Amino acid sequence: MTTATEKKRKWLLIVALAVLAVVFVVSFAIGKYPVPPDTLLHIFWSKLTGALKDWSDDIELVIFKIRMPRIFAGALIGAGLSTAGAAYQGLFRNPMVSPDVLGASAGAGFGAAVSLYLGLNFAMVSVNAFICGIAAVGVAYLISTKVKQNPTLGMVLAGIMISSLFSSGTSYIKLIADPNNTLPLITYWLMGSISSIRVSELIYASIPILSGMLVLFLLRWKMNLVAVGEDEAHSMGINTRLMRIIIVSAATMISAACVSISGMIGWVGLVIPHFARMAVGHDYRIMLPMSMIMGAGFLMIVDNFARMLATLEIPIGILTSFVGAPFFLYLILKKGDEI
Amino acid sequence: MKLDVKDLSFSFKSHTVLNNVSFSSDSGECIFLLGENGAGKTTLFRCILGLLRGYAGDIRIDGISCKRMSVKEMARRISYIPQAHSPTFNYSVFQTALMGTNALMDMFETPGEKECRFVYEKLEMLGISHLAERGYAELSGGERQLVLIARALVQNSGILIMDEPTANLDYGNQFRIMERIKNLAKEGYMVLLSTHNPEHALLFADKVLILKDSSIMLYGTPEETLNPEVIESIYGIDVEIQNIPTSKGEVPIFVPCVG
Repeated sequence: MTTATEKKRKWLLIVALAVLAVVFVVSFAIGKYPVPPDTLLHIFWSKLTGALKDWSDDIELVIFKIRMPRIFAGALIGAGLSTAGAAYQGLFRNPMVSPDVLGASAGAGFGAAVSLYLGLNFAMVSVNAFICGIAAVGVAYLISTKVKQNPTLGMVLAGIMISSLFSSGTSYIKLIADPNNTLPLITYWLMGSISSIRVSELIYASIPILSGMLVLFLLRWKMNLVAVGEDEAHSMGINTRLMRIIIVSAATMISAACVSISGMIGWVGLVIPHFARMAVGHDYRIMLPMSMIMGAGFLMIVDNFARMLATLEIPIGILTSFVGAPFFLYLILKKGDEI
Repeated sequence: MKLDVKDLSFSFKSHTVLNNVSFSSDSGECIFLLGENGAGKTTLFRCILGLLRGYAGDIRIDGISCKRMSVKEMARRISYIPQAHSPTFNYSVFQTALMGTNALMDMFETPGEKECRFVYEKLEMLGISHLAERGYAELSGGERQLVLIARALVQNSGILIMDEPTANLDYGNQFRIMERIKNLAKEGYMVLLSTHNPEHALLFADKVLILKDSSIMLYGTPEETLNPEVIESIYGIDVEIQNIPTSKGEVPIFVPCVG
């Protein structure tokens, strides 16, 4: 027995998926070296059917070596951060929460800053960022276990404190870094960018990101109950402590891995879940996949702007809010009561 | 179903909240818990629900100790109906009630057709199926309380625990909700509810349990337990009990001696 509203929501999901596919294909065509859509489709088709190559090496290089990694990175990171944000908003029963609330990004940023300061290579920068991101949340979680009465509040407060500790650490590193070469590197890294992402990095990062997303996706129905309240969820048969650990671990793996390859891309994890909520309501069974689709599409679109807007590539971390915030403000003005 | 609470004690640090509380009750009974603020009503409920684990003594359902049951096994036996609150996320009435099906589902399972039909059945039974697609946050207090009751019925457990179900309701809704609850007890549910209104207990209770100074002061039928001296000792208010003749027979009522 599915109601009319539920059917409508499923349709919206299918429409969103179709739009995502279009955005995905179009993104290959957009950039400094434009590829006409018919050529693009011809190349994709030939690749799929294994037909002979009849296009230039330049186009091959642009499409598969330069654009493909960042398009996949955009989709992966956008979907990952939105999933983590949606999960945290439910867990903490607070719509203002984003994936960095427990210190994952601040920790990862610090790990990256230290590594760049020490002049380590790019692979080590990502690895250290990932480890520090996980460690920051681990510490916040351990501290919060001392709070018995209101564990979620304890976790948020501990997370905010750990975040600010790591942020001040990062600021100190920036202060003592060489202003001629290390400091710009750190600053640029922290702004967030997927323009120079490497395929190998992307593959490694996709393991924690995709597995975290899978876990959260499988738990999507339970997250509704978690979002209602600790005591009520428990009385309806949810082992709230176990659920908290699983959700925090999965979301932390996602956000630490995202930050470690892309730097700090704010805003997506906070706001995309709200777009999804406005479109299909709060039920995580449909809202979570919607967040994934919208997040992936959104970051691919913003990355297209990053490539197109200026002669100098604009870091995507700056553009996410520049593109998204006006749109969100418009939605508040138009449909503020449905948020 | 049978609920046995035996020698239950609970302390927050050095402060004793419950001291050797023992009582038992059966299916079909509507038990009203009375006591002043801070007497330990909520703590008693939280212990029975398994939300507080560090208690001394034993709580058994049909002879099985609650300490040995998993969260899910508990949820199949007891459901909790909180006060009608305002939610963070505005789930629809249907989605809210559907959450009750969780106790019967596996870790990664999501509800299907059968569960949905069951939810509609219960919404129908409580006369709120027309609200199914409305947002819970847009409902009145009385309607919200009914939705939470529906969710508990969907959970399909024999024991219902309600924390002051009529606390924020208007005069009419208080009585309508109480009558619903009374009917649920008649259908075979065991209902435990706390209230600050002794008149509701006079009218609707099968048994009254009075908590005072962390222990049970009295446990029995309303006739045995509720008299002016008891009310005086719980609340420190001088009252008289009167039977008022109405069109449907005599109705007992407490009248405060003021003025």
